[in-house]
Amino acid sequence: MSATKPMTMTEKIIARHAGMPSVAAGDLVDVSVDLVMANDVTAPIAIREFKKTGLAHTFDPKKVVMVPSHFAPAKDLFAARNCEIMRTFAKEEGCVYFEIGRGGIEHVILPDKGFCRPGDLIIGADSHTCTYGALNCFSSGMGSTDIAAAMATGMTWLKVPETIKVVYSGRLPEYVGGKDLVLRTIGEIGDDGARYMAIEFTGSAIHDLPMEGRLTITNMTIEAGGKNGILPFDEITREYLASRTNVPYEPVVADEGATYARTIEFDVSNMEPQIAAPYSPSNVFPLSQMVGTKINQVVIGSCTNGRISDLRLAAKILGENRISDDVRCIVIPGSQDVYIQAMHEGLAEQFAAAGAVFSTATCGPCLGGYMGVADEQDVIVSTTNRNFRGRMGHVEAHVYLANPAVAIASAITGRITDPREVADLVPA
Amino acid sequence: MSTELNGFAWTFGPSIDTDVIIPAHYLTANTKEELGKHALEGIDPTFASKVRKGDIIVAKANFGCGSSREHAPMALLGAGVSCVIAENFARIFFRNAINIGLPVLESPEAAEKVQPGDEIHVDLETGAIYNVTRGEQYQASAYPPAIMEIIKAGGLINSIRNKIAAQAEQQATTAEATA
Repeated sequence: MSATKPMTMTEKIIARHAGMPSVAAGDLVDVSVDLVMANDVTAPIAIREFKKTGLAHTFDPKKVVMVPSHFAPAKDLFAARNCEIMRTFAKEEGCVYFEIGRGGIEHVILPDKGFCRPGDLIIGADSHTCTYGALNCFSSGMGSTDIAAAMATGMTWLKVPETIKVVYSGRLPEYVGGKDLVLRTIGEIGDDGARYMAIEFTGSAIHDLPMEGRLTITNMTIEAGGKNGILPFDEITREYLASRTNVPYEPVVADEGATYARTIEFDVSNMEPQIAAPYSPSNVFPLSQMVGTKINQVVIGSCTNGRISDLRLAAKILGENRISDDVRCIVIPGSQDVYIQAMHEGLAEQFAAAGAVFSTATCGPCLGGYMGVADEQDVIVSTTNRNFRGRMGHVEAHVYLANPAVAIASAITGRITDPREVADLVPA
Repeated sequence: MSTELNGFAWTFGPSIDTDVIIPAHYLTANTKEELGKHALEGIDPTFASKVRKGDIIVAKANFGCGSSREHAPMALLGAGVSCVIAENFARIFFRNAINIGLPVLESPEAAEKVQPGDEIHVDLETGAIYNVTRGEQYQASAYPPAIMEIIKAGGLINSIRNKIAAQAEQQATTAEATA
């Protein structure tokens, strides 16, 4: 019998990093951090605030990661200056730094390069830092000043979140994946349904899902207001990590009798692909209700769906089809490694030959930065994570969020399309 | 920071996201003055030119949802906004605002009752919100002590500096005692 009260996975990680036998939802605690991250948008402010502490150095430069991703390769003079501020600081301090051409989007490269391990506590100055929870760690987004404080002290404060348990039972149909599960969930609980809370994703459909699909799910926890998303550790986690890290780690398991704010169950066996219509990631419909809407741009990429399995899925459906004459299709691998792999497998050539733009890794159009900014009349299907007003550019632009199969099928036909409709055209 | 604020209300609906508070194409700017010129441009392009110094934003639930950009509370400060009152806040925005010294108060009653242009008086010490125009008073939720400490220090970095100074002083005292 354990002397401590039963805890969720999130509570266990926080207790471990607070040096306490147990914590409970609502407690305010100081915790140590295993990794601190910032990017070209958030690092310049974090560095400025860090310098105000008067400390000469960060708490441990090997635990501070900086990644140019949002407006990099630099889109203009201001972006170039921000990248330079980060580059100079990272090199002087000896921080972990991924130059363009050797990195990509932080939330694609950090899990892929073994920086996120089960049981870890990670904070980053980017809201999609919650991605890493797929690897059974606690990870959460904060602002630049919180990151500056953690760079200085190696600590941060947290309010222990309540946990929502989401159980996906059944088996996933074809062309339904992590993106659809998380969109369906956000649609159900709303854009503030998990405000200040953790979401624990479990069930047979999660158990069957490869790691890249899992990362897509935890990535969008923030779109329901969540503090962190977390998955149980299993054989898929172990295998994913085996080739990526040799640092020992200690997974966490939810205790029998742990407290949950609520439990939500979905039987996924008959689930359709899901699509979020303007102007919220919580404005979610089954794909069949949106089919036929005319579109003129498609974006495939981002920290949500810019991994190699996403590009493979899109390429499979693309087959020998061409992008519609009325559509601009932009395919952006999430990292340099994904880019190289896509070249190696012939995917880059396939997309380019079909009439798509194939770009180096960047967040770019996801946040209306560059490489496909939306104008007033644009109607876009995107595999990214947000479709707020003005998110991709003009406030009147319409952005529909979908999985890569729906995105490429829509790029082929020029209207929102069920991937099965296009896939059936092509002999396997 | 003054603990008593007075200003006129600008009201907004639920889930005002950080992309409308400060559209991402302005994120290459790092100062509140520059960002302030574009505050809330995504929902009201005239806001930054009309808002007066000291004005107060009163919004419905989930204010500041979306990205972690600290540029969002910076833009509001830069535009002259003295305080945001909402039914409740998205988590990252709330932290960011406290950290950089933008007061944020949770009051479902104020969020429901305040009308555009109402004159609002706020006492940050007590959390009392007085609607001068309507003669009504609302009470904001109290801050936990750990957050009050950051507010009193004038933001997170000052609070960290105070802690570092206290540690140094303690070490000096210990060294003296053992000398």
